[in-house]
Amino acid sequence: MDSSQLFGVTMIAYIVAAAFYIGLFLFKNERVGVFGMALAMAGVGIQTAATGLRWYESYQMGAGHAPLTNMYESLVFFAWCTTIIYLVLEFRFKTRVMGAFVMPCAAVAMAYASFSDRIDDQISPLIPALQSNWLIAHVVTCFIGYGAFAVAGGLGVMYLLKQSASNANDRQPLLNALPELKVIDDQTHKTIVFGFMWLSAGIITGAVWANEAWGTYWSWDPKETWSIITWFLYALTLHARFTRGWRGRRIAWLAILGFLAVFFTYFGVNFFLSGLHSYGSV
Amino acid sequence: MTQQKKNSILSLFASVQLALSLLFLLAATSIIGTLIPQNNPPDFYIERYGFKTAQLLRILDIPDMYNSWWFLGLLSLFALNLTVCSLERIPQVIRTLRRDGLTVPPAQLAKFPLHRELRLAHAMEAATTRVEALFTTLGWRARTANLEQGRLLFAERGGWTRFGVYVVHCSILIILAGALVGSSTVARIIGNPKFAFKGSIMLPEGESTNHLIAFKSGEHIDLDFHLRCDAFAIEYYPNGMPKTYRSKVTVIDKGQPVHSADIEVNQPLTYKGVTFYQSSYQPYQNYQVSLKKQGSTAATSAIVATAKQTDWPEAGVSYGIINRESQGEATRRLKIWFTDNQGEPSVFWVNNNQEAIIERPSGTYLLTLRQLYATGLQATKDPGVWLVYLGCLLMLVGLYIAFFLSHRKLYAFIQPDADGCRILFAGEANKNKVGFEDKFSELINTLEK
Repeated sequence: MDSSQLFGVTMIAYIVAAAFYIGLFLFKNERVGVFGMALAMAGVGIQTAATGLRWYESYQMGAGHAPLTNMYESLVFFAWCTTIIYLVLEFRFKTRVMGAFVMPCAAVAMAYASFSDRIDDQISPLIPALQSNWLIAHVVTCFIGYGAFAVAGGLGVMYLLKQSASNANDRQPLLNALPELKVIDDQTHKTIVFGFMWLSAGIITGAVWANEAWGTYWSWDPKETWSIITWFLYALTLHARFTRGWRGRRIAWLAILGFLAVFFTYFGVNFFLSGLHSYGSV
Repeated sequence: MTQQKKNSILSLFASVQLALSLLFLLAATSIIGTLIPQNNPPDFYIERYGFKTAQLLRILDIPDMYNSWWFLGLLSLFALNLTVCSLERIPQVIRTLRRDGLTVPPAQLAKFPLHRELRLAHAMEAATTRVEALFTTLGWRARTANLEQGRLLFAERGGWTRFGVYVVHCSILIILAGALVGSSTVARIIGNPKFAFKGSIMLPEGESTNHLIAFKSGEHIDLDFHLRCDAFAIEYYPNGMPKTYRSKVTVIDKGQPVHSADIEVNQPLTYKGVTFYQSSYQPYQNYQVSLKKQGSTAATSAIVATAKQTDWPEAGVSYGIINRESQGEATRRLKIWFTDNQGEPSVFWVNNNQEAIIERPSGTYLLTLRQLYATGLQATKDPGVWLVYLGCLLMLVGLYIAFFLSHRKLYAFIQPDADGCRILFAGEANKNKVGFEDKFSELINTLEK
């Protein structure tokens, strides 16, 4: 069995997990939710093995490096981070229905990585610019941040859905299963705080690495610029909450807007703009 | 300026609204430079956007927007706002920390969101000992005040963590200061272009230089030493992707070679505060030839171009390059014509930088041809980079303190009553309130048992 088959199994696990979580949300059947969680956990386990195996395979091929170096590997890693962060949140806060808003994101990333014609899943050797110990530190810190922001964005959507129902006052039974608004709001905030910490670390490791490789820690290339735009947006969100007391609806919108910025930083820049990060492109 | 006016300006810079607006403006305007390519020659913008638009872009400094007066102005405002905000709030924090918990009137404790009352069938002294022991299990030492109605115990932890957010603010200022120190603008202002610079060097193999050409301004900057490129090499993976770009260089200081090193991407060389990075290369269509006759000491070397005959009169041989195979500008194989004027000339292919053995009537010859390159190095001197790194480290430490550590206070007010004591516990934390609440309940539960 090779790593690409294992990644295939992971993808199926995530997709079915997402379907089960949505099933839990729609039909409020706890058993369905437990299946979803089990599948998500199994997916993480299999993907961890697949990642290790791909790492090993790259050494077998004489191109040994951590599997974090192109669009395929980063998408897959993004799905892994998002799922793990989501599962930790589920365990800590015991709110399984959140999975209906987060797991589809991981499943889509995984499926897109596997099926898109634009994405090459071959293991290729490292170009000179990427041959550095900073590679792992930079990619891991950034993607933990991205994963957290994806979860926060999902929570934002959930908040707005729940709120629109309670505003309309038509007591939709479907949305009653969702956690209290206050709880969602608190979790959104905590997830953003967590992501902000890692995004900062990701930008810093990137800057130090750029200084090692290119002699300049900041050159306003589109990837760098979009990462700082994202950072400014989340800094704005945190300050609005801490100092102006913004809560609920506004924070939910900012969590969604923030994730759009993350999405553009990660994806849009590679597809629409050119720059130093071109090895991330497809 | 009247006091009132001064205050209103001060309060503008100290306001959070300004901070929020600046964060938004910085985020929004930064987008422009990612959509409009930066630092291209003027013709590029005219061709792409038309003359009128290009002129407008030029007036607004859009082609170099991150160094434009208005963007740097926004950043300066941001720094000023950050400074004033922090300076205004730090004294408040200090006042909060100086406030002694023992001065809180016991009647107020019952109004804390987190409070709980319980009875102990102990006398006053025994109860105090038990509550003190409880504080100690947390690792906290309680201070005591004897009041009219009873005895108040108070302990707190992590007051200093209230400064975490100001550590983050300060770290941003340090990073900006570091960027300023390392910028060529400051070097120009103090009239010493050697203070901080970024530039490039294109250095052919075998040659040395002691100056570089600064980016943007294009001025020549002299170094206090020479750098010689001994060799440049590109290695490839089997699939043809580049594996390594490597320059072998030697630093020559006061006429003496003092240091030899390999510069690769991700492996720069620093000497006397100047750092050299592998950034590009230029292949030449010239080749370094080394030619030996086996079994004798006779050898020659030469630099040759294609389609030209070269003679080695001492050995009576002539040779030349009659064809080549390249990938881009990098030569892979060369077709050689070789004769010792005895019989038919030898014609054969040989890889770049690989020895060919040529059997001729006059003897056996060993021939190597290597394509010549110039290495492109970036040379940087940035005295501000350590400030930037310090700022980055402080930022991570500050973020951790600001987000994950909290200032916690615990009060216990013990009042004697008919058959024992009543104890009122109250607590507060400025962050992670839920976590502190759990700890609070857990603690008091142990006392009730």
